[in-house]
Amino acid sequence: MSHSVFSQFLLHLGDSQLILSHRLAEWCGHAPELELDIALANIGLDLLGQARTLLSLAGEEEGLGRDEDQLAFFRNEREYRNLLLCEQPNGDFAQTMVRQWLMDHYHHLLFAALSHSQHKALAAFALKSLREVKYHLRFSTAWMERLSLGTSEAHAKTQLGLNELWRFSKELFVLTTEEQGLVTEGLIPNIEPLKAQWLDVVTVELQRFELSLPETGAYRSGAKQGLHTEHLGFVLAELQYMQRTYPNMSW
Amino acid sequence: MNLIRQFSDDCWDILQQISDPEIPVLSVVDLGMIRGVELNQDNNIVVRLTPTYSGCPATDVLKEEIVHAFTAKGFTPIQVVVDLSEAWTTDWMSQNGKDKLKQYGIAPPKGEAHSCGTHVALTDGIECPHCHSIHSKLLSEFSSTACKALYQCQDCLEPFDYFKCI
Repeated sequence: MSHSVFSQFLLHLGDSQLILSHRLAEWCGHAPELELDIALANIGLDLLGQARTLLSLAGEEEGLGRDEDQLAFFRNEREYRNLLLCEQPNGDFAQTMVRQWLMDHYHHLLFAALSHSQHKALAAFALKSLREVKYHLRFSTAWMERLSLGTSEAHAKTQLGLNELWRFSKELFVLTTEEQGLVTEGLIPNIEPLKAQWLDVVTVELQRFELSLPETGAYRSGAKQGLHTEHLGFVLAELQYMQRTYPNMSW
Repeated sequence: MNLIRQFSDDCWDILQQISDPEIPVLSVVDLGMIRGVELNQDNNIVVRLTPTYSGCPATDVLKEEIVHAFTAKGFTPIQVVVDLSEAWTTDWMSQNGKDKLKQYGIAPPKGEAHSCGTHVALTDGIECPHCHSIHSKLLSEFSSTACKALYQCQDCLEPFDYFKCI
């Protein structure tokens, strides 16, 4: 087994949680209602906890002695492996909910599959996270329903958010050629067939929400190559500022 | 044999004194976070701790507090190992813990974890810890911490936290 391939796969998972968590934290103090403010912060906190476990595992597999903090704070944009969808700006509340709802469905299928990994720590992580994701998914689904079936303005904003984000959905569940080897070794299950399941459930739900599936030919991807949209750099500038300025400081 | 039992009881007594910083009325034992206390081959006391939620900020504090409490009683060397092999569930919370939670004003988790499906909404009708009415309404699925939801009693009108089952 190539340790670096598995470590990169774990980084991909962990970075996605970290960056999405950071985006949700940006709502703190700005959400439309106090309850939403708290809910988004709490979901972000779950994701941050998941990121910590995944980055620690990635560091162990990498075997270079880097811990979760070194991986989070001292890697550049091109070394980050998160999904492009996670780094997209919050936009309005509807757009944030669309992003969250797409990601929650992704997590729900992904973690259920990863809980069968032969890598014990990864399987245990997935099982634990799956329980948390169930609450996240219920929250985002309820808001997708309220927004899309609510006022015409809310409906229009939700559709706009979906149109804006859909082009980043192509790279969900994609495995690189090297990662296919991890499947052969039983370290991860083959997650590629989950894409069709994800698309099915999202399509059915969108019909229920009276939203239309965006048509686009201009899909963007690049997570696993570290090719990001222009937004990630700004997220990292904020996330890494203290450690870059005062390396290894703590309180 | 008795010595070993005495040692084990003493360890659990120390742990029973360590409370969750977010819910001071509950100890780590009540929460079901302690998965075991053992002596390893180097005669180190090893406490296995399973965190509640992945992002629970209390975990690091608790680790420190356990080391501190054991050291203060002369129970050294002590090691706290985070055990993620099984996911923590509210099913592990002791009945004693649930009773204390209720007295403290937080409604304890209702039902077992496997009954919390993805699409099953949190139900109304959680018993109000203040006036014991079951006419309550869900206000928010996420409350003061990730592990709680916010309800309001429709009889005494007091809002209250409900510890969600997970």
